[in-house]
Amino acid sequence: MIKVQQKDFNYSLEVAALSEGNHDVGGVCAFSGLVRDLVGDKHIDYMTLEHYPGMTEKCLAEIEAEAHHRWPLEKTLIIHRYGRLEPGDQIVLVAVSSVHREAAFDACRFLIDFLKTNAPFWKLECTGGDSKWVTAKDTDTQACDRWLNGDKKE
Amino acid sequence: MKILYFSWVRDRIDLGNEEIVLPENVTTVEQLVNWLQSKGDGYASAFADLSMIRVAVNQEHVKLGHPIGENDEVAFFPPVTGG
Repeated sequence: MIKVQQKDFNYSLEVAALSEGNHDVGGVCAFSGLVRDLVGDKHIDYMTLEHYPGMTEKCLAEIEAEAHHRWPLEKTLIIHRYGRLEPGDQIVLVAVSSVHREAAFDACRFLIDFLKTNAPFWKLECTGGDSKWVTAKDTDTQACDRWLNGDKKE
Repeated sequence: MKILYFSWVRDRIDLGNEEIVLPENVTTVEQLVNWLQSKGDGYASAFADLSMIRVAVNQEHVKLGHPIGENDEVAFFPPVTGG
């Protein structure tokens, strides 16, 4: 399931829903991303997340479908917020349920790695009166490439 | 054709989206970029370093050589930074 929304989400309820009523599930793995108040040595007052409505949902659905193609999964969930977010706020949640833990761990990591380098979101960090677009990290691209090159695949 | 700009690409061009009539000799994203670059300083600045530009045609990531037509939706943006 894909949810792109401005409002916050309830981590516990969302993660619980992945195994609710399904006793085939042997494990649930979840990752949530939060807004930090410090980037390097720079304090962040708040951040604004922009996205490309339409393409975002399409792109996340493709990433989710690819995870189901690669691993035997019961359910998957991707929630990504946009708009103004304060330090400590939740930005993103990816969660996966599966019969066994290995698929859950791997698919969860795959979802966040792919999301970070493919889903059309852009972070604008605001400090004092200044705002600065966040620069993409090579390490994120490398994390995604490792899946494409196959050395993390089952 | 509908063109969308995001993040600092939009800031530099000072425009979120626009409708253009595709010139006859423009058949790829790269040719569209070259044409846009001549539209003004904002465009020239946004497209100064093409290694920093990512493109989507009809909401799919594509390379600069991708073919385009009048009915396509093209978006230009920097490398994504979500998650």
